[in-house]
Amino acid sequence: MAEIVLQVSDLCKSFGGVLATDHLDLGVERGSIHAVIGPNGAGKTTLINQLSGLLTSDGGKIQFNRNDITKLSAPIRAKMGLARTFQITSVFGEFTALENVSLAVQAHDGHSFKLWHDARRDKALTGPALEALTIVGLEKRQSIKASLMSHGERRQLEIAMALATKPKMLLLDEPMAGMGPEESNRMVSILSELKGTVTILLIEHDMGAVFSLADKITVLVYGGEIATGTPDQIRANPEVRSAYLGDEDFES
Amino acid sequence: MFDPNLLFEQFFNGLQLGLLLFLLAAGLTLVFGIMDMMNLAHGSLYMLGAYVAAQITLWTGSFVLGVAVSLPVILLLGVCLEAGLLRPLYARGHLDQVLATFGMILFFNEFVRLVWGPEGIEVPLPDFLKGNIVIFDIPLPNYRLVVIGVGLIVALMMYLLVTRTRTGMLIRAGASNRDMVQALGIDINRVFTLVFGIGAALAALAGALAGPILAVTIGMGENILIQVLVVIVIGGIGSIRGAFVGAMLIGIIDILGRSFLDTFFKLFLPVNAAETAGPAVASMLIYILMAAVLFFKPQGLFPAKTG
Amino acid sequence: MGNRAQILIVGTIFLGLALVPLFAELTQTPFYLDLARRMMILAIGALSLNLIMGYGGLISFGHAAYIGIGAYTVGICAEHELVSGFIQWPLAILVSGVFAIIFGLISLRTRGVYFIMITLALAQMMYFLGVSLDRYGGDDGLPLIERSNFGALVDISNNVTLYFIVLGALVLSLFFCKRLINSRFGMVLQGTRSNETRMKTIGFPTLRYQLTAFVIAGMMAGFAGALLANHTDFINPDMMHWTRSGDLIIMVLLGGMGSLAGPVVGALAFILLEELLSGVTEYWQLIFGPFLILVVLFARGGLLGFFADKEQRDG
Repeated sequence: MAEIVLQVSDLCKSFGGVLATDHLDLGVERGSIHAVIGPNGAGKTTLINQLSGLLTSDGGKIQFNRNDITKLSAPIRAKMGLARTFQITSVFGEFTALENVSLAVQAHDGHSFKLWHDARRDKALTGPALEALTIVGLEKRQSIKASLMSHGERRQLEIAMALATKPKMLLLDEPMAGMGPEESNRMVSILSELKGTVTILLIEHDMGAVFSLADKITVLVYGGEIATGTPDQIRANPEVRSAYLGDEDFES
Repeated sequence: MFDPNLLFEQFFNGLQLGLLLFLLAAGLTLVFGIMDMMNLAHGSLYMLGAYVAAQITLWTGSFVLGVAVSLPVILLLGVCLEAGLLRPLYARGHLDQVLATFGMILFFNEFVRLVWGPEGIEVPLPDFLKGNIVIFDIPLPNYRLVVIGVGLIVALMMYLLVTRTRTGMLIRAGASNRDMVQALGIDINRVFTLVFGIGAALAALAGALAGPILAVTIGMGENILIQVLVVIVIGGIGSIRGAFVGAMLIGIIDILGRSFLDTFFKLFLPVNAAETAGPAVASMLIYILMAAVLFFKPQGLFPAKTG
Repeated sequence: MGNRAQILIVGTIFLGLALVPLFAELTQTPFYLDLARRMMILAIGALSLNLIMGYGGLISFGHAAYIGIGAYTVGICAEHELVSGFIQWPLAILVSGVFAIIFGLISLRTRGVYFIMITLALAQMMYFLGVSLDRYGGDDGLPLIERSNFGALVDISNNVTLYFIVLGALVLSLFFCKRLINSRFGMVLQGTRSNETRMKTIGFPTLRYQLTAFVIAGMMAGFAGALLANHTDFINPDMMHWTRSGDLIIMVLLGGMGSLAGPVVGALAFILLEELLSGVTEYWQLIFGPFLILVVLFARGGLLGFFADKEQRDG
């Protein structure tokens, strides 16, 4: 049994009386890809927001590498190695690809009160930034402004930014949302190359991608877990099938 | 040395200032809250309301007629401004809104200077509002009582409008969650025109009522506008209740501070120091109060937005 | 961004500014010397505002307060016969910095409309404080008995000398801003303007960077205030009036938000417009007000943005 990197226990969050996260327990093993799926409104993004520290939890506990991080702020969690991406692409549009990633490197190496030296010529930033861009295959697009990139490229750029913070774990919120088949395939191959080097919690609607990538899958409905298991176990689970009844995604 | 009668009288003055501030804050807080719109020109509507009322009073000799004409005129002006100039700005950032409405202030101030000249106008009180009522040996001016009465009636009406009517429900919903109202298929722009119109009329009412007490001058709008902003920040953007509580707090604290702070300081400071520090601190008092409220409640006392 | 056009425009402006004293001397019009000097001081103020507003996305409507604090520091020092510029000027910067820390801590707890209102209210508080300080002239203000004294180093009681000191200060300020904006710190500031949530989730505690920028901007404005006190030989609460803060915002916007030299161009344009329009009519704000609205509605990039766009279109 591999070591648990992220342990969520009895986690709760409600909005105006509606439970978006309902006494959730979840353990993610080191080096694995753990997918969280569920119909729309199942509370998947809420969960990621709670894990990354953008939302405070109403109850329960989040442990990351055995540290209790439940009450820590988002920047501190990021510094501890918990990186995330956003469902709605969240890059800095007026910066170039390289500048976007350099900023993430800078966040990690911690010297941001340098007020005088040109950051764009700082090899300590651009070097690692270029490495991260290479991993996602954007090294040739480094000097293009993010706002001028294609949707798929911006999603790759987001992954590069997350990687540049040297994370121990990635929280990916629908990395393939809005992508065409070709871009999706590209993303799947990026993620499968990352597999093993970094632990990934993956939220995704593209079931083909989820079932080919994930080591484990947790199914959420109305903020609560209804099943966790290997892709084969989940596929065979009657409860999951009924929760997804009519949801075409599951068949693909 | 300390006169309880004076305290009562000043408390009364504070109440009256507070209600004046409320008339301005009630409309403006909804504008901020519903459209997330920064509107600095609200003070200009107040000033124009005062000038129009003053002019009609001088022409006809009837203060009541002055108030009665000023309200619809400014209401109409407000609705035109909203539809013509402000609406394109909703989608813009706050900075654009600040600048455009700042431009309006410059224009209206200069316009008033052109029409009425740089000197202010004195508005005579109608005879039936002159004189005092004596309560517990304390003379209270009739006119101030009228201002307080009108302010309280408006506050009650606003409260009923917002809590008891369908329109009010929309206004409240708009203040706490604009997108939701939009999603329900309600034309939020119509609600906003209505709110802006009400706000403009209330500003004109405040201006017209302030005329005989304060001087009707250019720039009267901006001075009170800043106090109104403090009221809104303290009360919480988009909250009528907050506007009322904030206005009362600011009105009373400001007046009492100006009247008694140096006396208070003399209790523990040398006379000289107290006489310097008294007025200085008094002039900063409402801002210090604002900072203190923000420290504990960054969203104001009655935050309208939830989640 | 049209870098070539920007350098050309700014270069021309500085060349022109360097020649103003000669022109004023030859034509016996000291008025222009005075006008250009005021414009340059305001340009330093606008540059500092641009740091937080243009690059940090923080719309401060109270920036004139720091100019006033700097000016009052110099004025109050002079009133107590502390005339050494070596003490006055650093003190002016320090005092504005301290106020900026306090005001920044209060206002940066909030965002959006709240932030605008709170910065405005705090600045207006300083204005009223100035009005209530009877010891230092109250409403009427206080004449500066003597300009800041730099001993044998330089004598700024000479108007032309002061002019070149101000010009030098402006060039230095511009250079400082350029370094700051392109530094690591500058990148964090701009990233936070663009997407604060994202910055937090890659590990930046954004508040401390915004506060630092707020304080740097306040100190720069305080420096401009020290210059302004010497320029007018006078301090008064009007320097802190909220309309002065509005003027600074207009300058930044006229020149082009978030472009490095924009505020310099904007300050120049503002002063020239003011002079031009008030020459046409006594009621010049009747034109200037609607002009502002038109700028907001139709010329969002400001003057430099306009030229930059043009260059992009042409090239």
